[in-house]
Amino acid sequence: MGGMKHRGMTPIVQTTAGWVKGFTLVFGAYIVAYGHLTPGGGFAGGVILALAFVMLVLANGSKGIPRVLNIDFVAKLDSVGGLLFLGIALLGMLPGLGGAFFNNFPVKVLHIGTPFRLVSAGIIPLCNIAIAIKVASSLFLLFILLILLRIVRTDGESGE
Amino acid sequence: MFELLGVVLLFTTIAAIVAIETRDLLGVVVSVSAVGFGLIIAFFFMLAPDVAIVPIVVEVLTLVILIRATLRVGLQPFVGNRDFFGFIATAAALVVVFILSMKVFEGLPKFGQPVFATIPDTPSMHYVTNGMSETGAANIVSAVILDYRAYDTLGEATVLFTAVMGAITIIRRKARKAPSEPEVQEWEE
Repeated sequence: MGGMKHRGMTPIVQTTAGWVKGFTLVFGAYIVAYGHLTPGGGFAGGVILALAFVMLVLANGSKGIPRVLNIDFVAKLDSVGGLLFLGIALLGMLPGLGGAFFNNFPVKVLHIGTPFRLVSAGIIPLCNIAIAIKVASSLFLLFILLILLRIVRTDGESGE
Repeated sequence: MFELLGVVLLFTTIAAIVAIETRDLLGVVVSVSAVGFGLIIAFFFMLAPDVAIVPIVVEVLTLVILIRATLRVGLQPFVGNRDFFGFIATAAALVVVFILSMKVFEGLPKFGQPVFATIPDTPSMHYVTNGMSETGAANIVSAVILDYRAYDTLGEATVLFTAVMGAITIIRRKARKAPSEPEVQEWEE
């Protein structure tokens, strides 16, 4: 395993990963979207979404994921998820919406949604989505940083 | 069911001891993940799927990162015999922790009897009875972590953000100064 270049694995693994990736993404999205109804939530679903891309990278090498998902973009996505979560919390502080940090205003003020339906529980599904964006991008970023990057000497001296 | 839980916990303990004593790094990684999966099975026995689903996915990701990142570097495991004094100190520490934990566990509620069954007016009783009407969430765990205790979740997100920020700062592509420092190349071909 040591010193192996990330050119990917055998065609069997690559084909299987190609078939499974759609199911993994849909399952992660389901875990996120139904977090207020069934076991799961933003954290678990976000890790599953990140694991789908991790599987593609492990199977196909660093060419396995779109070039859009480079470090800068994923880092921005991470910040967007965090700011979205904070923004939902701050939205509850508006005077017409209850005026408290993390106030569940769609349920307590606006009375949106019925229990046991997808549209229910107010800010909880919205927070789940924000956390999922944040966790997925954070863990995928950590994976890229720890696995794909390698320290090389760029000066003239002989490196390792 | 109770005996099966004991078997799972015994397996977890043995895996933890193996993880400490093994010299092979791959064996250590596999033993540590065996500890994690044993605890996950214990969570399922205690009917807590909401708690168990997060460790499963995190465990898989951690296993991948540990195997690909740690073993690629080719770290040499620590080789050496533990001396007699170290063994005595470890055994003494274990005995002290065992006695203290027995004292602590006496104060905990009995297994299978939640606190709100014995003591009225606990916050958990409030969550269980009023959670549905106050938050509208069918999953009471989600209602607690994202409504009643949302500050805690915000702090968790901040911890993750700080961890990623630290990782980017340490392993960044462009060094700000000192061209003699090693640079990190992106997308190793």
